[in-house]
Amino acid sequence: MTADAIIVGSGPGGATAADVLTAAGWSVVIFEKGRNHLIDLEDPGRLLGDYSNDEIKFIDRYFLGPDPFLEPRTFRVGPDDGDHAFVGEVNSIPSTVGGGGTHADGKVPRFREEDFAMLTSRGPQEGASVADWPLDYSELEPFYAEAERMIGVSGQADANPFAAWRSGPYPMPPGPSMYGSKLSAAAAESLGYHPYPAPGATNSERYDGRPACNNCGFCAFFGCPIHAKGDPVAMLQRALLTGNAELRPETFVSRIRTAGSRATGVDFIGPDGVERSMDARYVVVAGGAVETPRLLLLSGFDHPLIGRHLMTHFQTIAVGGFAHLRLHGERGRAVTELQDDALIPDEASRAAAKEAGLPWMKGGMVEHGGPSLPILEAKIYPWGRSHKESMRSSPMRDRMWAFTMQGEDLPVATNRIDLDPTIRDVRGFPVARYTYKPHRHELAAAAHHGPRLAAILEAMGAGWTSIVTSPGTAGGPGGRTTEHAPMSRHVMGTVRMGTDPATSVADAHGRLHHLENVVIADSSVFVTSSGYGPTLTLAALAARSATAMVG
Amino acid sequence: MAIWLTGDEYRTLTAVCERLIPADHTPGATDAGVADYIDGLLGAFSFDPPRIWAGGPVSGRFGGPGGFAGFHHLTALDEMAWRTRIEGSLGRPEREFNGPVVGLQERYRAGLAGLGADFADCSREEQGARLYADPDFTGLVYGHACEGMYGAPEYGGNRDGVGWSNIGFAGDVQPRGWSDREVSEP
Repeated sequence: MTADAIIVGSGPGGATAADVLTAAGWSVVIFEKGRNHLIDLEDPGRLLGDYSNDEIKFIDRYFLGPDPFLEPRTFRVGPDDGDHAFVGEVNSIPSTVGGGGTHADGKVPRFREEDFAMLTSRGPQEGASVADWPLDYSELEPFYAEAERMIGVSGQADANPFAAWRSGPYPMPPGPSMYGSKLSAAAAESLGYHPYPAPGATNSERYDGRPACNNCGFCAFFGCPIHAKGDPVAMLQRALLTGNAELRPETFVSRIRTAGSRATGVDFIGPDGVERSMDARYVVVAGGAVETPRLLLLSGFDHPLIGRHLMTHFQTIAVGGFAHLRLHGERGRAVTELQDDALIPDEASRAAAKEAGLPWMKGGMVEHGGPSLPILEAKIYPWGRSHKESMRSSPMRDRMWAFTMQGEDLPVATNRIDLDPTIRDVRGFPVARYTYKPHRHELAAAAHHGPRLAAILEAMGAGWTSIVTSPGTAGGPGGRTTEHAPMSRHVMGTVRMGTDPATSVADAHGRLHHLENVVIADSSVFVTSSGYGPTLTLAALAARSATAMVG
Repeated sequence: MAIWLTGDEYRTLTAVCERLIPADHTPGATDAGVADYIDGLLGAFSFDPPRIWAGGPVSGRFGGPGGFAGFHHLTALDEMAWRTRIEGSLGRPEREFNGPVVGLQERYRAGLAGLGADFADCSREEQGARLYADPDFTGLVYGHACEGMYGAPEYGGNRDGVGWSNIGFAGDVQPRGWSDREVSEP
């Protein structure tokens, strides 16, 4: 058979592309290497009941995949580590029908106008490839609005003074703010910051046939048992209900086949382990910024920038203890407030940049709060006589509050995904190797903003505060040696887009410069990392690219 | 009776878990059945479907049918992954695509033997000294003990939810969830 389009990956990017293409009457086959726990494929109007409030299943036993034994990744800081320093679970996003959207707590902010033109607005940084995107905010705005409608986003349009302009309101009002978040937002406001209700891919009211979120608290890392998260189930379900889409789970695409300057289809291995091929007019690749460049490399594509400029978000995490409070962070959607002040240059950050010898400095969105789970908590405390008392008084969960800054991570050519020379996945293919070392900009921004976040916690009444970063830095923020792979699941930038084939791999519509019927529909195409969660932007880009495909 | 462990191993493991998460004036690891959780993991493939992933979407503790009790079937690949993780690679080529894997069963059998057959009868101090002498194994058991103490009861631990009730954690709350007021107010 020949499909109009094969889509590799069923996460927010692939699902959005499928929704747009099938609505235009295209026949689409979606390949997903993970299992399906989301939609009844025989009866796509029915959503499955496999997700649950089960910490063992989702955190300790890889229910959403990937299983690090079957599909490991490797990590190293640089060539000094040899082939790799670590083999196993590296920065993994779920490998399942619905992809990363299934496990996220669904914060979906838009980027700001400046984020599409960092070279013009801020300028270059030594050792980094800061560049403008090949499109600007105004070109993407209609697709942001469309993606918000497709997903069902709740938010408050006038709440964030730093937000980019919008053509209309959010589809839904924000859901309830968490108790701890109300306290931390009040403390932040008292110090002149500007917290606002996080735009959420969680229904605050019934939307598109799915119920309102009931704030069960098992949000970040968990699939939603009641399907109140719209991302990307809404798009997948719509695509399947057109009758124009087929979704094949447990099917690994191992190669994009080409003839001359065009792709002709893909090779894939289904649940029976047999390798087959399928032809298509277009191949849309939406495996995420790690698996997408891996597939291009497995296919033998040889553009020297494939896999390069890997970006994550450099996380600066400030935590504070509140002996006098019970913050019950397990009620709610993990994070209900954000603030963007660290994205905006001010006198203090300019001075800090100058002192660090940097032309400019940019932090990222700051999340108020975070997941609150007892097994994760228990493993922090020492074993023995004090254990139960620790769990009851709960200094590291119920009496703790946190800020996480998702710091802008500069694009650096040596940070990259390539194929590991020795480690294989269960099907025998080389796995992705993640080579990453933060630019000193990230360390300086962490050193500048970390204490400011701790000061908010003190204003909130914290008896103690502490600052850590991910990746960790020896000697604290500002130190030089990273020790571990970044914790952030925001991965971006390995199939960079641009207008010049010498400095970019894909064009402004995600088409590979050298194979124009291969379209990248995920965060791989990001040019810079923004300091905002990537999901809504990658969905908007996927909608825009798919719209261009159907003409 | 134990599922996979021998009676002596089960007795030692019970003592280890109680030393890691001891009862004070509230229930400890023994009361919560933490050793049963670990034994259930080591013997997960004694059941069909294997007890790896509990079902959904709700447990029944806050209403609705008790879906957690019906464990998921595993795909062939996932069965291979979990058998390898639990049993080890046992020299089988299909499990050794990145080299041999030592399974949890072997680690527990060796680790418990290393603690001594008399472990359960030793003083607290002696038990502590032996656990500190094998930090890798102690860390392995402690991680599993935390899961067995504070995870869903369907996996064999956290008996009657004592791990949760004692720390003021409601556990799985679907389909009830939390009201806006419970989310936003103290």
